[in-house]
Amino acid sequence: MALAFDEYGRPFIILKEQDQKTRLRGIEAQKANISAGKAVARILRTSLGPKGMDKILQSPDGDVTITNDGATILEQMDVDNQIAKLMVELSRSQDYEIGDGTTGVVVMAGALLEQAERLLERGIHPIRVAEGYEMASRIAVEHLEHISQKFDFGTTNIEPLVQTCMTTLSSKIVNRCKRHLAEISVKAVLSVADLERKDVNLDMIKVEGKVGGKLEDTELIYGITVDKDMSHPQMPKQIEDAKIAILTCPFEPPKPKTKHKVDIDTVEKFQTLRLQEQKYFDDMVQKCKDVGATLVICQWGFDDEANHLLMHRNLPAVRWVGGVELELIAIATGGRIVPRFQELTPEKLGKAGLVREKSFGTTKDKMLYIEHCANSRAVTIFIRGGNKMMIEETKRSIHDALCVARNLIRNNSIVYGGGSAEISCSIAVEAGADKYPGVEQYAIRAFADALDSVPMALAENSGLQPIETLSAVKSQQIKENYPHYGIDCNDVGTNDMRQQDVFETLIGKQQQILLATQVVKMILKIDDVISPSDY
Amino acid sequence: MAIEKIFKDDASEEKGERARMASFVGAIAITDLVKTTLGPKGMDKILQSTGRGHGVTVTNDGATILKSLHIDNPAAKVLIDISKVQDDEVGDGTTSVVVLAGELLREAEKLVAAKIHPMTIISGYRMAAECARNALLQRVVDNKENAEKFKSDLMKIARTTLSSKILSQDKEHFAQLAVDAVMRLKGSTNLEAIQIIKKPGGSLMDSFLDEGFILDKKIGLGQPKRIENAKILVANTAMDTDKVKIYGARVRVDSMSKVAEIEGAEKEKMREKVQKIIAHGINCFVNRQLIYNFPEELFADAGVLAIEHADFDGIERLALVTGGEIASTFDNPESVKIGHCKLIEEIMIGEDKLIHFSGVEMGQACTIVLRGASHHVLDEAERSLHDALCVLSQTVNDTRVLLGGGWPEMVMAKEVDELARKTPGKKSHAIEAFSRALVAIPTIIADNAGLDSADLVAQLRAAHHKEGCNAGIDVISGSVGDMAELGISESFKVKQAVLLSATEAAEMILRVDEIITCAPRQREDRM
Repeated sequence: MALAFDEYGRPFIILKEQDQKTRLRGIEAQKANISAGKAVARILRTSLGPKGMDKILQSPDGDVTITNDGATILEQMDVDNQIAKLMVELSRSQDYEIGDGTTGVVVMAGALLEQAERLLERGIHPIRVAEGYEMASRIAVEHLEHISQKFDFGTTNIEPLVQTCMTTLSSKIVNRCKRHLAEISVKAVLSVADLERKDVNLDMIKVEGKVGGKLEDTELIYGITVDKDMSHPQMPKQIEDAKIAILTCPFEPPKPKTKHKVDIDTVEKFQTLRLQEQKYFDDMVQKCKDVGATLVICQWGFDDEANHLLMHRNLPAVRWVGGVELELIAIATGGRIVPRFQELTPEKLGKAGLVREKSFGTTKDKMLYIEHCANSRAVTIFIRGGNKMMIEETKRSIHDALCVARNLIRNNSIVYGGGSAEISCSIAVEAGADKYPGVEQYAIRAFADALDSVPMALAENSGLQPIETLSAVKSQQIKENYPHYGIDCNDVGTNDMRQQDVFETLIGKQQQILLATQVVKMILKIDDVISPSDY
Repeated sequence: MAIEKIFKDDASEEKGERARMASFVGAIAITDLVKTTLGPKGMDKILQSTGRGHGVTVTNDGATILKSLHIDNPAAKVLIDISKVQDDEVGDGTTSVVVLAGELLREAEKLVAAKIHPMTIISGYRMAAECARNALLQRVVDNKENAEKFKSDLMKIARTTLSSKILSQDKEHFAQLAVDAVMRLKGSTNLEAIQIIKKPGGSLMDSFLDEGFILDKKIGLGQPKRIENAKILVANTAMDTDKVKIYGARVRVDSMSKVAEIEGAEKEKMREKVQKIIAHGINCFVNRQLIYNFPEELFADAGVLAIEHADFDGIERLALVTGGEIASTFDNPESVKIGHCKLIEEIMIGEDKLIHFSGVEMGQACTIVLRGASHHVLDEAERSLHDALCVLSQTVNDTRVLLGGGWPEMVMAKEVDELARKTPGKKSHAIEAFSRALVAIPTIIADNAGLDSADLVAQLRAAHHKEGCNAGIDVISGSVGDMAELGISESFKVKQAVLLSATEAAEMILRVDEIITCAPRQREDRM
């Protein structure tokens, strides 16, 4: 604590409260940064693994989110500290890039920072530490490649994919029916995947949820659901072999963009205008009818009169469909989005085998299912669950599972989970450390220790003795030269992750190590924090 | 350096035991709040709103109570949410679901205090819930084939549901009303088709189900008050000025005489529209929007009954019952379907005049007129009836039925207890706890009725030891009775939903080990 004296010679304390701090420099700044980073990692540490706990997050408006998804927790945490914000960014970039392992990456970074603190205390320059970490991460990533395995899957043999998704889902609240959800996710990804190009457009998978029912009722729909109902209550609720006109123009008289005035000054003009207006509505509906559409989906609203005319001509219609949904419908049904009635042609209509309206529960909740589409590439995962938070959490979990499945299609290499990959890397890094002369050697060793912290957290969360378990597994790995021993979180009775079928994607793991190292390097290089003082 | 502060100023964080404690306390507080409303002898609550007028609601409907609470505790919010979902999904059991979740958490608290990891408790609860559900599945009765029996099942369910509400005095009457109304729906769950009109005055017993349709509107002046063999056109169209909708059009005149001309044209237009409508050969016209005086007069002249400003649900229902379509354009009268009914007349209920459509074509919709001493009574009666209707309509779809009066809970508790004995490991404590939580429900029902719950539940447990026992708590006589004989039934779907959502919610809350509360958003004071 620094002491200073004011002009009257009275002592006062600088940096007493966090709030009044404006500047930190040197080792002080580094320590402060490290402890902030560690604080964030500590929050997430208990959420790691199949026995990880959840967090309740209460938003500024009082809404409650319950989750154990690292990215979501950090996003909603209302963090103020700059370094903590970096950690939030870290988790977010893992989320964007890989989609899974958002908790692991933060825990990893936290452990690296913790180790770095110790080295700094010994007087090693932060840049040297950063460089050592860089080398170590390179060793680890290479080693991961080395221990990874390729596996084959096809559209018929989806079992390996399902297993990997199950590993992801097992740490979430939905693990009760992880098998079911994993299968749904894999099927969804496979049906939109382009196996030739090894690419998956996740936008084609829509995840929709509706409260009620139970988790087991979650289903995969080969088609689209729209949270809308028919515009007129008496339109048919079910249409077979629908030909869909997808419109982005309203069923209303046109509104020219240029400024204009139509002045009515005589009775005749009034009459003609009226007639014209009627003709407009008639024409619009007639055009839809003429091209042979049996269902109109419109992004905008209808006028009451247009609505009735549609109803009258036996042309069911849906209004106020959102832009994204509209696009999906267009992709799924092979139709084209038509911006003007004049451009409506029979070729531009989408086709779907079945369109039906389904109602839920006791309230007037209706959804529109568009199934058996011409192009089955767009699918919807429809989640049911006991309450709103459950649905939200399931959505996040499914998103993670989808990302994992996608990553596997891009690159079918896997490593084994349960901390086995980290332990194996730790051993490799430790061995590699001795080859480097210079101070970096210490940093590399520290990196190996930091790698151990992930399996340690896993063991801790599973109620095992962390140090004992870790050392036992480590020695087992070295003794048998078998990198697939991990932490037995579920108390199955074997340490062999291969037998337990716990997989993770190679790129996910590599990304975790690389991202964590990068952020830690960045944090270590900061030696001065200047924040604006409070007013 | 002290531990870094990483949150914003007002944000708070609670960890580990403290977080768990906070959620347990919150959830149990909510449970204790609604627990006294459970069962046939449950008490009501008065809710006073903070809004203008400080409106008062008297209710014992769990969902209604919880919806009106302003709660800050996140765990409590989870419970409120499940109750809301239960209300939307099956309509009844909104109190039971909260009470069961609360009891599960209360038991879990003890286990956590005994150093059992929450994850172990969760996996035990899961096993128990699955086992309980199977136990129920084995004991369900399904009378789908036998229409007569099924109807009596429905009556029983309606009576059981209503007996815990304000309508319990007249439950026979209302059960009949509800069953009749639901049977008319013919399997659809669209409760919109059942209209409930509340009119203060008279007593609850004066409530009745009307096969026709009642519209809470007055008939326009000078129009016939009674029409036989009515042809009804249901419309949604502007009957005021009928604006020109082409954008940018406006009237611009340079002399008074032109104004008059335009006005004349406008009138002419309206007259034409009215003529077109009348040309449909109708004698009754119902519009969703306003009808101005001028067209109203025209209708009166033509001897057509015109009803204005019916609300949207009203016309939808009217279209449903009379078989007409909702029209907005009137150019081709031959193809517009027109609704029919035998008789339209103005009737008086209490002081109010209503329009009554009887002898309608399609009997799907109906109207229930509730009478009662005050608005509060009527509101509560409506909620109760709504619960009953929801349960019945769900039961029509899923015809499996269980006995009531704490019977299902005891059946489940027994099976779960047996499972606990067979399961090795710490999980068995959690499974046992689950069964205790199940037994808590009959205990609370007995407590609320002022009975000796310990004695009754022990008797009940003993009775259930025999296979195929139908014993439950007979609150009226204050003893253990045969639920099948007493005709107390519940819908399987409701019970299953209660069980599953309560377990899910409890699991969710148990998994939490940290609560992070963001700084509340600053609101400008508009005072």
